[in-house]
Amino acid sequence: MHDQTPLMHTLFGRLTWDAVPLHEPILLWTFVVVALVGGSLLAAITYHGKWGYLWREWFTSVDHKKIGIMYIVLAVVMLLRGFADALMMRLQQAMAFGDSMGYLPPHHYDQIFTAHGVIMIFFVAMPLVVGLMNVVVPLQIGARDVAFPFLNNFSFWMTVAGAVLVMMSLFVGEFARTGWLAYPPLSGPAYSPDVGVDYYIWSLQIAGVGTLLSGVNFIVTIVKMRAPGMTLMKMPVFTWTALCTNVLIVAAFPVLTAVLALLSMDRYVGTNFFSNDFGGNAMMYVNLIWIWGHPEVYILILPVFGVFSEVVSTFCGKRLFGYTSMVYATVVITILSYLVWLHHFFTMGSGASVNSFFGITTMIISIPTGAKMFNWLFTMYRGRIRFEVPMLWTMGFMFTFVIGGMTGVLLAVPPADFVLHNSLFLIAHFHNVIIGGVLFGAFAAINFWFPKAMGFRLEPFWGKVSFWFWLSGFWFAFTPLYILGLMGVTRRLSHFDDPSLQIWFQIAAFGAFLVLLGILAFLMQLFVSFRNRDQLRDTTGDPWNGRTLEWSTSSPAPAYNFAFTPVVHDQDAWADMKQRGYTRPTQGYLPIHMPKNTPAGIVLAGFAMTCGFALIWQIWWLAIAAFVSMVASAIIHTFNRDRDFYIQPDEVAQVEAERTRLLAQAQG
Amino acid sequence: MSNHITPAVNDQAFYLTEEHHVENGTMLGFWIYLMSDCLIFACLFAMFGVLGGNYAAGPGPKDLFDLDLVAVNTTMLLLSSITYGFAMLEMARNRKGATLAWLAITGCFGLAFVGIELTEFHHMIAEGAGPQRSAFLSSFFTLVGTHGLHVSFGILWLITLMVQLTQRGFTVEMRRRLNCLSLFWHFLDLIWIGVFTFVYLMGVLR
Repeated sequence: MHDQTPLMHTLFGRLTWDAVPLHEPILLWTFVVVALVGGSLLAAITYHGKWGYLWREWFTSVDHKKIGIMYIVLAVVMLLRGFADALMMRLQQAMAFGDSMGYLPPHHYDQIFTAHGVIMIFFVAMPLVVGLMNVVVPLQIGARDVAFPFLNNFSFWMTVAGAVLVMMSLFVGEFARTGWLAYPPLSGPAYSPDVGVDYYIWSLQIAGVGTLLSGVNFIVTIVKMRAPGMTLMKMPVFTWTALCTNVLIVAAFPVLTAVLALLSMDRYVGTNFFSNDFGGNAMMYVNLIWIWGHPEVYILILPVFGVFSEVVSTFCGKRLFGYTSMVYATVVITILSYLVWLHHFFTMGSGASVNSFFGITTMIISIPTGAKMFNWLFTMYRGRIRFEVPMLWTMGFMFTFVIGGMTGVLLAVPPADFVLHNSLFLIAHFHNVIIGGVLFGAFAAINFWFPKAMGFRLEPFWGKVSFWFWLSGFWFAFTPLYILGLMGVTRRLSHFDDPSLQIWFQIAAFGAFLVLLGILAFLMQLFVSFRNRDQLRDTTGDPWNGRTLEWSTSSPAPAYNFAFTPVVHDQDAWADMKQRGYTRPTQGYLPIHMPKNTPAGIVLAGFAMTCGFALIWQIWWLAIAAFVSMVASAIIHTFNRDRDFYIQPDEVAQVEAERTRLLAQAQG
Repeated sequence: MSNHITPAVNDQAFYLTEEHHVENGTMLGFWIYLMSDCLIFACLFAMFGVLGGNYAAGPGPKDLFDLDLVAVNTTMLLLSSITYGFAMLEMARNRKGATLAWLAITGCFGLAFVGIELTEFHHMIAEGAGPQRSAFLSSFFTLVGTHGLHVSFGILWLITLMVQLTQRGFTVEMRRRLNCLSLFWHFLDLIWIGVFTFVYLMGVLR
């Protein structure tokens, strides 16, 4: 099977039947399960004749609300994959002591921890954050859509293309065995000659294009498209954090693109950027990837800081405490996030002065973050707190994140870092801030804005179950890792000798099991809510007594978002409108200018994915063909002039009349 | 950046009774994109800055660079920027034929630039000084080549816009697109000045 004829090699490059892991029972079973679930899903869609509907209303949609929902669906699906990886690792580490080697060979285990990190950051956390911004930002600023609706659709499909490539590596070939940042020389051609790192590179490059473009899109949207009267200091805090995050995206992702391109040059062309010989310098890779990587964690956390701000002020029935300081804290974090990257490799040997500089800048970040924490606490102080599910997640976050932040400051001290570097203490720290921050925030946001996106509320019982399992599961899973890290246990090990450590890994595995229950409870919550959607229907559009503009329109918002563009006089524009006795206009509608749906985004992303796949397997003819097709279709798309249409006033009147009826029903 | 608050809106109004006209964001968006592209070049410059002296006992800039050829090449690109400027002036006068002619000249200068660069690359590779030879050459080829790729895409884009201009004439959209390409083209010029100075001139001085 290894001897390919030249013809086969030209046609299929490195791709042979050996790439399909028929000899690995775990992968085979995974494939069977995925094929069964996926196959029955596709069959169900076909049976119900929903392909046309999906294509017209969702896949080709340029509506920011629908794109946002699709991002979040992608994130939830990928969360299941990423979490399955986590569970497998926890199980392996709980078992593999002494004579027992566990059930995962190192070759497979290394792929799992790499895939876990890549998937959780790029295909769970990022789509969650970008999805939330899509759903919420245009509504919060009183706009009809984003600045570049087609680009938005394209960005989404590029992210999907990246995710598909990662998933494909499970069954065709293998994924990288390098850790989630793929440091050379390990990720270079000498030590990783197989396709794993190529899957890594191309899935991130393709998804990265999508992320960068959505960054540009949202900056322009927020800068140019705010409703009249909404000055920068009257912008809702979530929109502020979204703005800062997108500035970070635009300023950080090109660095990732560049450094991965250099790594691929090393792998494909044989250049010597990061090699050991011929003058290469692997530390340049580490520097550059963290110049992207550190801002990246703030790209993830800033928007959820915005979420918590909205949730706290809504569920305490108060204006946010310290709005101005919140905005400045966000901006300061944005700037500082560029001045700390070296704390990821204090042990590189930059010398005491350099390490001190980066240690101090890192510690300084805790000041604006602490200011935010106090702002939330003071908003709650003497507030009339409603313990709804989003508020629970927020309080769980405040408790958890503060501890994660403190262990972060501890790691920021270079001498301490020399001891704790690369240990499980570090793993516990960043899970502490990413789960306790980003994930808790995403769940708060999903529970908070679900009615706005879908038109019905999420059922609170299963939401609370999910919250408590997640919170307790998190602490059970990661407290042992802190302890093990302090004892000097390093990360990424698939086997341990010292039996006295085993108990801690067993506790951690138990924690992971609790998190599993949390995830299942969340799925249950979605299911139950969907089943009871008629009872949970949000007829008012304002189920939480909200404060910002997204709650002033119906749930789900109509395609045009607002029949009349609101005029803003206050930070909490909708609370201000309600207080001043706003009455909803029911006549005088105008034609509304809207962008048309287009299949161009999904087609372009499809070509990009094909090109990526061909490059991974070195099927050169296909790579060239896909690339040329992609450029050609992009050019053809620029010739398309049929891009917009008007929603006529009578259609608007119809939609608004239905809302009037629902509102009357809700009051009556 | 300003929102167009119509004077008719009174202080207490809840909503606009007319359509909210939002300023088109394409130029701003394109500008932001260019800055992100600039960061890619910044990384490549940084790589060159760190690795540019690592010849690995191979040839250095003095052995490889033909400054006369690079001067000609630079002239091509700078002239193309001027002629693009002439095209934009003709656009301001609404003269389609003249605009197209200057765009065509711009494209020719661009092609000449790419052609000379490829010749230079060809010579170097033929001499055994390819991108694999040393970290210096890796970063040289990647930085200069990335710029060359950008110019090539610019030419493709230029041709596309010429076809569209022939078909549609000066619509608002067409002017905007020509403006974007103008930004892109001058941006590449600016990057090249950096390349010329830091890679070629200072390289030979090293």
